[in-house]
Amino acid sequence: MTPTPTAKWGLRTLAFGYLGLLLLAPVGMIFYKTFEHGIGPPVEAMTSPDALHAIYLTLLMVAIAVPVNTVFGVGCALLLVRHKWKGNAIVDGIINLPFAVSPVVIGLSLFLLYGTGGWFGSTLSELGFQVLFSIPGMALASIFVSLPFVVRETVPVLQEIGTEQEQAASTLGANAWQTFWRITLPSIRWGVAYGVVLTTARVLGEFGAVTIVSGSISGETETLPLFVGKSFEQFDEQSAYAGAIVLALLALTTLLLMSIGGRKAKAGSSGPIPIAGDAAIATSTKEGS
Amino acid sequence: MGIAVEGACKRFGDFQALDNVSIDVPDGSLTALLGPSGSGKSTLLRAIAGLEDLDAGRVTIKGEDATAKPAQKREVGFVFQHYAAFKHMTVFGNVAFGLKIRKQSKGQIESRVHELLRLVQLDGLAERYPDQLSGGQRQRMALARALAVEPQVLLLDEPFGALDAKVRKDLRTWLRRLHDEMHVTTIFVTHDQEEAMDVAEQLVVMNEGRVEQSGSADDLYDHPANEFVMSFVGEVNQLGGAFVRPHDIQVELDPDERAEEAMVQRIVALGFEIRVEFVLADGTEVWAQLTRAELQKLELREGQIVYLRPDRTKSFSGDEVVAA
Repeated sequence: MTPTPTAKWGLRTLAFGYLGLLLLAPVGMIFYKTFEHGIGPPVEAMTSPDALHAIYLTLLMVAIAVPVNTVFGVGCALLLVRHKWKGNAIVDGIINLPFAVSPVVIGLSLFLLYGTGGWFGSTLSELGFQVLFSIPGMALASIFVSLPFVVRETVPVLQEIGTEQEQAASTLGANAWQTFWRITLPSIRWGVAYGVVLTTARVLGEFGAVTIVSGSISGETETLPLFVGKSFEQFDEQSAYAGAIVLALLALTTLLLMSIGGRKAKAGSSGPIPIAGDAAIATSTKEGS
Repeated sequence: MGIAVEGACKRFGDFQALDNVSIDVPDGSLTALLGPSGSGKSTLLRAIAGLEDLDAGRVTIKGEDATAKPAQKREVGFVFQHYAAFKHMTVFGNVAFGLKIRKQSKGQIESRVHELLRLVQLDGLAERYPDQLSGGQRQRMALARALAVEPQVLLLDEPFGALDAKVRKDLRTWLRRLHDEMHVTTIFVTHDQEEAMDVAEQLVVMNEGRVEQSGSADDLYDHPANEFVMSFVGEVNQLGGAFVRPHDIQVELDPDERAEEAMVQRIVALGFEIRVEFVLADGTEVWAQLTRAELQKLELREGQIVYLRPDRTKSFSGDEVVAA
């Protein structure tokens, strides 16, 4: 049954209205406020040494957390899907922890662990490592909060592709490493890529955990979200808005890169073109033995 | 010596998939593993390929003990029921995979792949992706991929099981011809007795993890070792305490001391052959296979009382009985 034109337009209006009020209006407002007096003030605000350092730090966090969580995430997903054992349910639960626990709590727990008097803190400071109020601590917090995304996006894809292609590769003489690089990874690449995009977005925007472990020292341990927060508190609205715009642009760039990558891959393997009658029958009469 | 399996055992939890299985596959032969679902035939094939580890037993390929070798080193070509096509590679890439792993030169790979694609009649489709092929084409691609590395043996796991009847028939004729040309020792798994008899020189009938009988198609049909084999390799009825094939039942209009009284229940014309279903006095249902001419001569109609005389019966407690 197709809906009547009135119902169709009613639903559309409702959907757009809802999205508009909840998402577009606030973001639009920031754009308007930022460029209210032309492009000069936001550019000036974003080229101050503190702002530039905040952008650099945020990108550094992405550059550390994303590769770490990608490698861990793919490995962990392989373990969960391909090697069944009793501990899997526990590992699966632990991986979800960063979703369940508030980032502030994560920050606090890192603070307790690595602070002076913490389990690791005193030993590490004797060795000359400072974790808190410096880049290692912030990287730890970023990795922690964004850990589940690649795992969660990769597991269902791995389950879907099954093991037959990998078995076929092994009968053709491929070892485990060759099978992973030539068969498994190319088959799960879209799941991994989506996980990477989500991880990147999460690290770009992380506020709670990083606030606590970084100490938010301007020009030293202040990431872009912290810069925006502090500017806002100090009534430097121009910097706050401009910083927010830069964050939004970074996130948009990530999404854009992914969809460009996707389109290129699509062009390589053009969509399914049914050429013979038995293709449809073959797929619809699949039966196990 | 082609392939030998001795005393293979495999258990999945509570399920005994293979129970002390031994088979011998002559070099260069085409052998079918035939059995119902869950009979262990696929597990046995996968154990030969090294895709399944045995709990006990030995696998010998071309005289060499392969039991401890991983799949990667066994040099077997394996073809899966659902093709296991590498979806992100073209047909060319799929067939070239094993050759690239073996680090052959680009020129060698190019000429070998095209030679194989000609063999499986996919030469024009080298740049297609698997999802642009029909099921039959995908399976031929999978076969070319397996043959590319010049395997010692070729193992096919229900290769035509996912295809429709027409394509299936074409492919098995084609496989038969291919084997005649290449003489690679081949084992293929099927649950379709007609397919097994059509393609294979030797059949191994499996049931509940055990080998019931092996031999040529004629052997199995004419001298089945037990009731299971008799009913699996052809149709069978029970008449007078023994087993009889539907084409070995004679329908008589007059009483006879060796014949049993029966009532015609249903007459089904299946083209050339006619299937006549009867019910005996004790309620047992039996059917006989007649030709169109025989039916016309007898002028059978539903509800009629007739007398059934088995020509040839078999009882597995004793020997074969051939009635005069």
